[in-house]
Amino acid sequence: MRGERINPMATFTRPDTLKEKITHYCPGCGHGIIHRLVAEVIDELGIREKTIGTAPVGCAVMMYDYFDCDMIECAHGRSPAVATGIKRCLPDRIVFTYQGDGDLAAIGTAETIHAANRGENITVIFVNNAIYGMTGGQMAPTTLIGQVSTTSPSGRGQNAEGAPMRVCELLSALEGVCYLERTSVSSPKDVAAAKKAIKKAFENQIAGKGFSLVEILSMCPTDWKLSTQKAVDFVNNEMKKAFPLGVYKDK
Amino acid sequence: MGQKVLLKGNEAMCEAAVQAGCRFFAGYPITPQNEVPEYFSWRLPKVGGVFIQAESEVAAINMIFGAAATGTRCMTSSSSPGISLKQEGISYIAAAELPCVIANVQRGGPGLGNIRASQGDYFQAVKGGGHGDYRLIVLGPGYVQELYDLTMHAFDWADYYRNPVMILGDGILGQIAEPLELTPYKPIVELPSKEEWKLSGCAGRAPHVVKTLILNPPDGLVHHNDRLQDKYRRIEQELSLCEEYQTEDAEIIVAAYGICGRIAKGAVRRARKQGIKVGLIRPITLWPFPKAAFIEAAKTAEKMLVVEMSCGQFVEDVRLATECKAPVEFYGKGGGWYPTDTDILARIEAMQAAPAYAGRKD
Repeated sequence: MRGERINPMATFTRPDTLKEKITHYCPGCGHGIIHRLVAEVIDELGIREKTIGTAPVGCAVMMYDYFDCDMIECAHGRSPAVATGIKRCLPDRIVFTYQGDGDLAAIGTAETIHAANRGENITVIFVNNAIYGMTGGQMAPTTLIGQVSTTSPSGRGQNAEGAPMRVCELLSALEGVCYLERTSVSSPKDVAAAKKAIKKAFENQIAGKGFSLVEILSMCPTDWKLSTQKAVDFVNNEMKKAFPLGVYKDK
Repeated sequence: MGQKVLLKGNEAMCEAAVQAGCRFFAGYPITPQNEVPEYFSWRLPKVGGVFIQAESEVAAINMIFGAAATGTRCMTSSSSPGISLKQEGISYIAAAELPCVIANVQRGGPGLGNIRASQGDYFQAVKGGGHGDYRLIVLGPGYVQELYDLTMHAFDWADYYRNPVMILGDGILGQIAEPLELTPYKPIVELPSKEEWKLSGCAGRAPHVVKTLILNPPDGLVHHNDRLQDKYRRIEQELSLCEEYQTEDAEIIVAAYGICGRIAKGAVRRARKQGIKVGLIRPITLWPFPKAAFIEAAKTAEKMLVVEMSCGQFVEDVRLATECKAPVEFYGKGGGWYPTDTDILARIEAMQAAPAYAGRKD
């Protein structure tokens, strides 16, 4: 906060919402950063004890091993429907989904769009790394044109596979949506902006404002077959072109 | 005594659910069960409950997954093609041992089929339906009053066993309007607390996790399956219902369930008037299958006749239960066909007249 003194003795500690556990994520993966940002926000808002998160199918399926709050593991793509059931039964709890690109924008497209359109008062954390990570690097709905994956070995072609799906742009047309922002975790500045967006998405829910989604461009060095530095460069130089950062809706 | 009203089966089921404390319903329109979401859409808000018309059956069952995880009594319904869509979610709900009620108002199949009544989803209901080794408690009511009463019990059994319960009805039962006594809800079992597992936020306790992925330890999923199977064996021991009608001295036993069992009862009644020693076993729980009644009947009956509105599904369970100790004849068709009591009576008469009837070989 402006004017607030930085305590020089403050140490970098683990957020209460994260368990003291080493994650299974690959070196250079963005999930660890994003987990931390979500956990920090939950801590700062003091909502850990009333928060219920949904784990996706994908690399983050075991995120309940790391998050120290009530969690439910959903079938692939179904998190927005599961979250709808939870939130409607417990409207005073805070419900968030955490989903990858395959989960949210391929197999769960219908659940995503309709939860958004109903204006469900939930927070969606959408991790876009342009690939299917857990299954070993297949083409995702957000894979870039020309990007090689194990199921697009000569690069994604616009004619056969279609262009990468831009979720924020797509959802921005829906009346029920309150807040959409695309961020990234590929630089310190981006990480700070991502945290701000995540916080806003949770604050919106607390204020009862409806469906908020934060898309976060994230690195997958393992399945992109790049070094961790080159993976960061790929997000900054390639992904950000296909997925421009910014606020797409803010009601 | 409850108030007496005239309600369609579909509506009676909804009212029973509301009386039993169901406060969340998600579903998708499909004939012949449309009265169910329609009824809940006005009824649930009146009692502080939630109705959601979901974007698909897939979404509806997953909304139930979420609602059930909060410990809320909840329900979804559909008809055959929609129930196929729900199978993914049903498998997860069974694996996570969450209580909920699922109604299938069956129609003709396979495929889009037709909208006439059918019993073609029997295998899907009683043998699993979705992926993996799991069981649903499956109830097959034959009367609107029975549908009403069983729907209330379904919520109790779902909570008691932490298991999804399916009400396997059909288009006739859903659409037929009958006088109904609105018996007040009273739990038939001691309802267990949900505090130990439900999601509500971790205030004052360790976090709860509802999950079905079990990778560790390597044999963790084997143990989970063992535990589920132990529960299913327990349910088989404790829960088995059927109606036995004039079976005591019966030489011919007719077996049929649901609306078909009710038609068969009419045929048995008429055959008895002709002096034919025939009785009826009408299973009410389809899983667990009421084996004991069939084992007992097979000891003395000379022949059995299975009638079903499908092409030979229910008959397999009758043959398994009786271990083929008495010859089992089959009378059934799929695609929305149903027998009249006269049709069944003709079968009974033919069985009595057939030479094979002359003696039972043990």
